[in-house]
Amino acid sequence: MRLDSTDKQLINLYQRDLPVCERPYLEMSRQLGISEGEVIDRLQALQSDQVVSRVGPVFEHRRAGASMLAAVAAPEEQMDLVAARINRAPGVNHNYAREHTYNLWFVMTAPDEDTLDERLDELEHQLRLPMLRLPMVEGYHIDLGFDIDWEALP
Amino acid sequence: MNTSIDYLGVVPEVAGQGPISAWGLLRLRQRLEHGLPLTARPWQTLAEQTGLTEQEVMTAVDQWQDQGLIKRLGLVVKHRTLGYTANAMVVWNVPDRWVTSVGEAIAGAPFVTLCYQRPRRLPDWPYNLFCMIHGVDRNRVLSQIDSLIADKHLQDFPHAVLFSTKAYRQRGGRYVSHD
Repeated sequence: MRLDSTDKQLINLYQRDLPVCERPYLEMSRQLGISEGEVIDRLQALQSDQVVSRVGPVFEHRRAGASMLAAVAAPEEQMDLVAARINRAPGVNHNYAREHTYNLWFVMTAPDEDTLDERLDELEHQLRLPMLRLPMVEGYHIDLGFDIDWEALP
Repeated sequence: MNTSIDYLGVVPEVAGQGPISAWGLLRLRQRLEHGLPLTARPWQTLAEQTGLTEQEVMTAVDQWQDQGLIKRLGLVVKHRTLGYTANAMVVWNVPDRWVTSVGEAIAGAPFVTLCYQRPRRLPDWPYNLFCMIHGVDRNRVLSQIDSLIADKHLQDFPHAVLFSTKAYRQRGGRYVSHD
């Protein structure tokens, strides 16, 4: 999908600080010099083209509930199968193949620590693979949605 | 400990109108995890879906932002679709006494998008500092890592670069809502 300069400006301006007022898209439209309806249409198009996954809050996971980064070393020929099993477990929101002996990396979330541990125990038991559990100890970076380097993109 | 309150942060109040329904707030959290409605009055739409008033919804969101339960409010970009296909998790083994200062230094690099300390799991996993680089191509990310090592004096810390080769799932956290 080709993005025009208005789409790019929409992304540049509103990865954070979306206005909390009765007509937020109207306020955004004034910044962009287009109509409120066009802001809504563009956001809809960006979502259906998978450029934007949603408009909304990003919750601080240490305060929103419990979450854990975990990894397993799946046999190479079974990676898709193991990844599908991980995706079927409740609360999995990220799951990536990575180049390492520990080749599947996922994040599991839950309302609280006890539920999280139960879910991970259950998944580890199902997969029959040893699991690395790597909770966050300290964060050094505030997620503000990084600025897109449009020039560098293909 | 009251866990329902725990999910909600400090329960917000609208000035002069008393506390907001905890059930309504839980429903609001569930709805918000799926994103803001694309209607002219999205807070009003959320109010209708949760049994709160539009004012209560906006107050709750403002307060959650102030408390840090919501860390940002805006477009959540799918970097992979845009062309950020070289995603590297770089992991380091840094002596504990230096990990905070090294973590802060790495987090300051403009191309580093996340940086966390995590526990080692010896003997299988010796790394205690993790950072993410979202880049457009592999060679450029590798040269960014080289410059990071040179600029931040990381030569003595063993590291590994784990490029992602496939995304099996990528979406926002759902802490209180269901899949």
